[in-house]
Amino acid sequence: MDLIIVLQAGVATGTVLLFATIGEILAERSGVMNLGVEGMMLIGAMSAFSTTIATGNPWLGVLVAMLFAGLISQIHAFITITLQADQVVSGLALTFLSTGISLVLGEGLSKAGTVSLMPVFSIPVLSQIPILGPIFFTRHSILVYFGYILVPLSWYYINRTRPGMHLRAVGEYPAAADALGINVFRMRYLYVFVGGVMAGLAGATISLAVSPGWFSELTTAGQGWIAVGLVIFAQWDPVRAAVGSYAFGALRRLILDIQGPTMLFGFANPFYYNPYWGFFLQMLPYAFTVIVLVIGSREAMRKRIGAPAALGVPYIRGERGL
Amino acid sequence: MAEKTKLFTRIKFYRIRIEPRLSEPPAWYPPLISVGALILALILGGILIKLAGGDPIRSYAHIAKASFGNIGVISDTIVKATPILMTALACSIAFRMKLWNIGAEGQFIMGAFGASAIVLTKVLPPETSRWVFIPLMMLAGMAGGAIWGFIPGYLKAKFNVNEIISSLMLNYIAVAWVNFWIFAVWTEAGFQMSPKFPLNAWLPRLTDYAQNIPALSGLTTHMGLLFGILAAVILWLVVFRSCWGYEIRLIGDNPQAARYAGVNIAKNTLLVMMLSGALAGLGGMSEVSGMVHRLQTAPIAAGYGFTGIIVAWLSKLNPLAIIFVSILFGALILAGREIQPSGVPKMIQGIILVCLIASDFLLRYRVRIVNTAEEK
Repeated sequence: MDLIIVLQAGVATGTVLLFATIGEILAERSGVMNLGVEGMMLIGAMSAFSTTIATGNPWLGVLVAMLFAGLISQIHAFITITLQADQVVSGLALTFLSTGISLVLGEGLSKAGTVSLMPVFSIPVLSQIPILGPIFFTRHSILVYFGYILVPLSWYYINRTRPGMHLRAVGEYPAAADALGINVFRMRYLYVFVGGVMAGLAGATISLAVSPGWFSELTTAGQGWIAVGLVIFAQWDPVRAAVGSYAFGALRRLILDIQGPTMLFGFANPFYYNPYWGFFLQMLPYAFTVIVLVIGSREAMRKRIGAPAALGVPYIRGERGL
Repeated sequence: MAEKTKLFTRIKFYRIRIEPRLSEPPAWYPPLISVGALILALILGGILIKLAGGDPIRSYAHIAKASFGNIGVISDTIVKATPILMTALACSIAFRMKLWNIGAEGQFIMGAFGASAIVLTKVLPPETSRWVFIPLMMLAGMAGGAIWGFIPGYLKAKFNVNEIISSLMLNYIAVAWVNFWIFAVWTEAGFQMSPKFPLNAWLPRLTDYAQNIPALSGLTTHMGLLFGILAAVILWLVVFRSCWGYEIRLIGDNPQAARYAGVNIAKNTLLVMMLSGALAGLGGMSEVSGMVHRLQTAPIAAGYGFTGIIVAWLSKLNPLAIIFVSILFGALILAGREIQPSGVPKMIQGIILVCLIASDFLLRYRVRIVNTAEEK
């Protein structure tokens, strides 16, 4: 087992979480928690795969995935922003609904065979850097490289630009933002849409790059929920989200790869000789999510920082907010 | 022509106006809205089935016939409804306190595991009386579920960890845990299941009394239904007629007020999560002991915990209403197994939940058509 290869694959796996987490961060920064990430990712994975089968063009597949997931996120936006319903329940409903829709539309897709995937290439100079080169810049899908650009970009957008400041204002104190002439409702619809688009991209990253194909609900296997957990660990910061996502990606790969070889660091590999231990390895990503949540929540309590103040609270014009 | 313009100008004066409700709507109004949302959901579902290439009317007719067509299938519907009843009760008590326990699925699985462990570890000889076996299995099942509910409850109370995600993560861990035991320890001849339980560890079924009453022959409705109905009645009394229930409702409606009134929120968080887990765990016990009769992942981790969320919400968290709504969903799941494409029941459940949440708007606001001309 070559650690470099595991980490290289881990970065690709982590990109899925990265897209979903950053999308959810943007939505939550505007004050709307969308628990439907898992479902929207399934929609994305399914529509990307089926579009690519139908047209042979993976770029079109990614586009359709982003649009479809963004569209379905607007159900949540309508229910929570306009109809002011509870965001938790509505998010759960969105998960059920979009899981169901993707199962119905994805019927038979698992036997569809192989498709052309998103292009894979190495970056000429950067891939020569020792250790980092082979991990981050060698034989990755173009989506992985897009992830690298997205992290600083979204950080800069949220913290250093005017629309980013409006976004934060809407999530922290919507009444004040409203008084400044920012359209709170439109902003929230927009960022829920962005969150959906990113979840769709995350789904497409699974089915067209990381682990190609459609395996019904097992395609995502709870990664959407892990992303929602990572948002809390990341404290709504894209850079911390990247650290968490890549670490989780590496962990997922390690669990898959550790059971293969007979020897591990010169010792007999216990996971090879006791295949049933694999079930405990399977628990690890989920157990780590809980641990990471504890760390994130404790830190938030200590530093007195936390979720955007208006997260989960519908904005009703004319009512005393917060 | 003149007639037409006149009509148009008259319509122009009518506006739809949305106003907050200042008083509680009459008692018949919320159920009516729920039923309306249900019907709307079925229509939307039909449209989607049509779009996916199915025949909606045939699908619905099939659901009705395959779930209520004769006494045999009605019994099967009730068997499917029993685990949903338990998980919905589990969700309802947690949701009442605005604790979003979506780990009923995992708690159900751990309940099934706990109950099975009593049988499969052979702490009791297989010929032990039913009246010893079943109470012990119930206790172990409830303990298994309660432990699985305790973890997110403790993390919430102590570290303010989001219980939605922690309870959901525990679902996946529960599945892997049970898989380990049935693959590595209790496997029957290498298959992914435990050996069948001895008859004394089965919950009594209607068909067991067919010798005396022949009409009951073949009906698999088991005693779990009784547990469920009993639990629903007790839960109703606890929530609406006890001091503790009042505290729970108070925390759910206004945690700030509850804190000022001296209610211990951390303690109640733990207790409610454990009660919620225990109810789901009892469901898991009743499912392995009454229906599956062995420990096996696929029929136990079948999404009952998630359906319970929808049923609890559709019943407006009322334990008595849950009894009836869970039978409806039992029918949907029972008949849904044969519908193509296979994702249809899940999709319909999702649409129902979406419509329900959207319809709550009508409870808080009233939509009036007003004549703006008259106001002037």
